Amino acid sequence: MKVVINADACTGQGRCFGIAPELFDFDDLGNGVVKGDGNVTPELAEKARLAEANCPEHAISIEE
Amino acid sequence: MSHTKPLVEDFATDFDHADPQWVSNPYPIWEDLRTRCPVAHTDRYGGAWFPATHELVSRVAKDTENFTSRSVVMSNLRPTDEDLPAPIGIAPPITSDPPFHAIARRLVLPAFSPGVVNALEPQIRALCNSLLDDMGDAAVVNGGTQFAQYIPVGVIQQMLGFPLEDIEMFLQIVIDVLDSIDSTAEDRQATADKNRAYFEKQIQDHVDNPRDDFTSYLLNAEIAGGKLELDHVIGTMVLTLVAGIDTTWSAISSSLWHLAQNPDDLARLVNEPELMDVAVEEFLRFYAPVTMARLVAKDHDFNGCPMKKDDWVLLGFPAANRDPEVFEDADKFIIDRRENRHVAFGLGIHRCAGSNLARLELKVAIQEFIKRYPTFTLENPSEVTFSPGQVRGARNLPILVK
Repeated sequence: MKVVINADACTGQGRCFGIAPELFDFDDLGNGVVKGDGNVTPELAEKARLAEANCPEHAISIEE
Repeated sequence: MSHTKPLVEDFATDFDHADPQWVSNPYPIWEDLRTRCPVAHTDRYGGAWFPATHELVSRVAKDTENFTSRSVVMSNLRPTDEDLPAPIGIAPPITSDPPFHAIARRLVLPAFSPGVVNALEPQIRALCNSLLDDMGDAAVVNGGTQFAQYIPVGVIQQMLGFPLEDIEMFLQIVIDVLDSIDSTAEDRQATADKNRAYFEKQIQDHVDNPRDDFTSYLLNAEIAGGKLELDHVIGTMVLTLVAGIDTTWSAISSSLWHLAQNPDDLARLVNEPELMDVAVEEFLRFYAPVTMARLVAKDHDFNGCPMKKDDWVLLGFPAANRDPEVFEDADKFIIDRRENRHVAFGLGIHRCAGSNLARLELKVAIQEFIKRYPTFTLENPSEVTFSPGQVRGARNLPILVK
């Protein structure tokens, strides 16, 4: 399981790194970036799902 | 506020966001429009449209070809192309369109990034506590005029590096711009001239005494190797003041209004502090303060509506947040709503640049208020007033704290 941010859709709403700081960080402009390779451990799966479900721009996807 | 305009009878064909019914409780109106229209029209303000669904609000927000941001506050004075200097606009980047928008926005975003904003938390907490201290041991405090409004105004005053004693004047600037939907062109111009003189004085002080604040940051900023034009600097300062103050103030006061009437939600927040982040997003969804505006950039058909160049479009993010197509139990406040794709900060390239700051102020303000007053109720619900216009929030909010 892996999280991906579509950088073209991200506008820096800030929900992903608020909900799952283990998986997401922000850049200088406040846009979301995936930490590391984006792989999600089982204990973070729910947070990854919530990050996806809360992004107003639909910029996050989860690849199984 | 006096109303000389006729009251609205049908919001589908004659809507007015300054109508007393819309001001006091707009939600049933929007629900009705969603099922009947879903794009309302009015001949008021020289002609305006109001899409009431999440889907259509989203479509307008993301379409910068057919809609321009050169004026984002709807009024009777519909600006012409000549009034609005392209590409800068009067308050960049909110009034800028692509491609200049990206340049103006890139300039301000680092000053509002989470890293910078999060460092302000201790001073926001201290500010909230000094306001609470000032209320002393009164049995009734005003959550609006004694607390909520002074939080963003204090934060922005520190951020811009303006004198502390000017705080009441900042509040007046904000009120002049936003609560004066029906004022005359002369009044508006007189206010704008007065404000400009003030900003020029503060800028000169920063030129003479540069310091580590947002004003000096703007004065040092460069676009393509050159300093910003004075109009750009002043425009962005006005934006910071107007967009940063009564928006956050409204979110804080409406949230307190909710908690004062919903003891179960208040008790949960007091007893389960870990709920706060999720609750803040629900406050933002349910009481989203900000409705934006656009001008139609060119004649086109929008969802069957014949939109003409220079028609207004009122962009109802608060209405989108109540759309049952997107939110389960949309009209229910659910304090632990885990899935909440709300659009309180807008959508697309104009996403509120100050959203990280606003969210932090809202969270800290509620935390400190409920820590000081773990139980409270409205002193008299009928005394509570809401602001008219595009920024909605509780204004007069007497709260019984003991």
